[in-house]
Amino acid sequence: MDRAAATLIAALLALLAAASLVWMFQGIGGGNRAFILQLRGTKLAGLVVVGAATGIATVLFQTVAANRVLTPSIMGFDALYVLLQTAMIAALGVAGFAALPAGAKFLAEVAAMSLLAAALFGTLLGRGARDIPRTILTGVILGVMFRSLSSFLARVMDPNAFATVQAASFASFGSLDAALLPVAGIIAGLCVAAALWLAPRLDVVALGREPAISLGLRFDRLVLVTLGLVGMLVAVSTALVGPVAFFGLLVAGLAHGLAPSARHAVLLPAAALIGAAILVTGQALFERLMGQAATLSVVVEFAGGLFFLFLLLKGRVR
Amino acid sequence: MIRIEGVTHRIGAAPILHDIDLTLPRGKLIALIGPNGAGKSTLLRLIARLEPLQAGRIEIDGLDLATTPTERLALTMAVMGQQTHIASRLRVAELVGFGRWPHHHGRPKAADREAVRQALEAFGLTLLKDRFLDEISGGQAQRAHLAMTFAQGTDWLLLDEPLNNLDMAHSRALMARLADLVRGSARSVVTVVHEVNYAAAWADHVVAMKGGRVVAEGPPETVLTEPVLSALYDTPVEVMRHDDRPLVLHHHWHDQLGTPLPVRTDTDRPTLH
Repeated sequence: MDRAAATLIAALLALLAAASLVWMFQGIGGGNRAFILQLRGTKLAGLVVVGAATGIATVLFQTVAANRVLTPSIMGFDALYVLLQTAMIAALGVAGFAALPAGAKFLAEVAAMSLLAAALFGTLLGRGARDIPRTILTGVILGVMFRSLSSFLARVMDPNAFATVQAASFASFGSLDAALLPVAGIIAGLCVAAALWLAPRLDVVALGREPAISLGLRFDRLVLVTLGLVGMLVAVSTALVGPVAFFGLLVAGLAHGLAPSARHAVLLPAAALIGAAILVTGQALFERLMGQAATLSVVVEFAGGLFFLFLLLKGRVR
Repeated sequence: MIRIEGVTHRIGAAPILHDIDLTLPRGKLIALIGPNGAGKSTLLRLIARLEPLQAGRIEIDGLDLATTPTERLALTMAVMGQQTHIASRLRVAELVGFGRWPHHHGRPKAADREAVRQALEAFGLTLLKDRFLDEISGGQAQRAHLAMTFAQGTDWLLLDEPLNNLDMAHSRALMARLADLVRGSARSVVTVVHEVNYAAAWADHVVAMKGGRVVAEGPPETVLTEPVLSALYDTPVEVMRHDDRPLVLHHHWHDQLGTPLPVRTDTDRPTLH
């Protein structure tokens, strides 16, 4: 890693550390400090996992899709996760769904997401990924289809089951699912490690299919593996806080803009740190300074949407 | 050598190549010529393993394409396809540096850096090496991709229409560079070209294709003849000799599509400089 890249990573680490300290210790008071610190620590860990998972998933997806405007959310990845959840609630009922062991259920969901994502989007990206309008349109159609199916299943459910589905369908950074945090953290950690290990190969993938094959890369296999990782990371993030549409785009855009090199060894850690720093800083601001006067997810989505329009207008959609 | 046996290829129901048997010799600059839709690029892409082989067998220097690991093939042949758009924001030197990937897998050594320096120099890119690809012209980007292919240092270079986007001077310089490469270092080049005079002036071996079949192959003198070319392109051409090589005239003022060349006298011939 060259000097400029090391400086960026160090600066982002310092920013995240500062935000984390503010989050942990601001206004802690003299009450039950251990309890408050544990509560805040859990939430901090959740925000870091979600921020890093979303940032890395988006950079990985944009690399295999060969353009900077697509995100797993725009392509319907998180809608697929919500559909899986809804289908399980519809099949098992709320009681049956709740009775499933949380860890095992989550692992099965992550595995299913990974396979489905690789199968669906691997086929899609293999056939005409360069045709950007078609790819975006197909992703939007798939997303709408997954959401419509979820909605249809929700309509035929009883009201209790419907309420459970609703809870899983909206992003909420304030009430992340702490029970899933340990297993989600481990899965996200393993995915991040795998992505960093693949980083030099991902640099070659980013050249496109033909140059990558010429350089001896097993391109199609690597794209499937990468999409599998994206599926797992999206599952982790969506399970913890619910679907977020534009957050990944914002993070990946900032990572590409700030990183001095297109190397994934720099881009991936940068995206992870930016994602985590935005969520921790934002949540600290909203929860502590603004007294919950606004919702982070709404502001993040709004900022992400504006950034999406900015990219379109700037012509950096490639 | 590259040995192609019984290769047939279809896209959907449409046949693109019909039972091709062909041997491409080592140490030559080989030009694939023919009209649009002849199957030249498809044949090149099959040799380059950019498309899966549907039927038949292809061997390159004794390595069977179907069974040899792609990492091993990357040390034998370098490929430049028609896709030169890259989503990443790379500098010219970074792109050319990727040519050494099969040798170092992400950990370049001094020899790799030297190979990149030579490739940049060979393609006149030394002064542009720190520019981003989106800050240079299409022709310069084309040269950067060629330099990456060149830096790979393989015995075989497979190039699909490498003269796209290049002006006359750079086209000529590229063909001269490829000819030097072949004559000076015993490397072999297979290239698809549309302008037959580049094949006429520089190629050692010409393969003429039409309708998914090889209709003629051999030295330029035997393939680039009036009967072969007229039938190949369904248009009248005239072949002259210049510097002891064929020179194909196909856009003279009275060369009308679908009409035979009128009989003319020597005084009608253009003066060549």
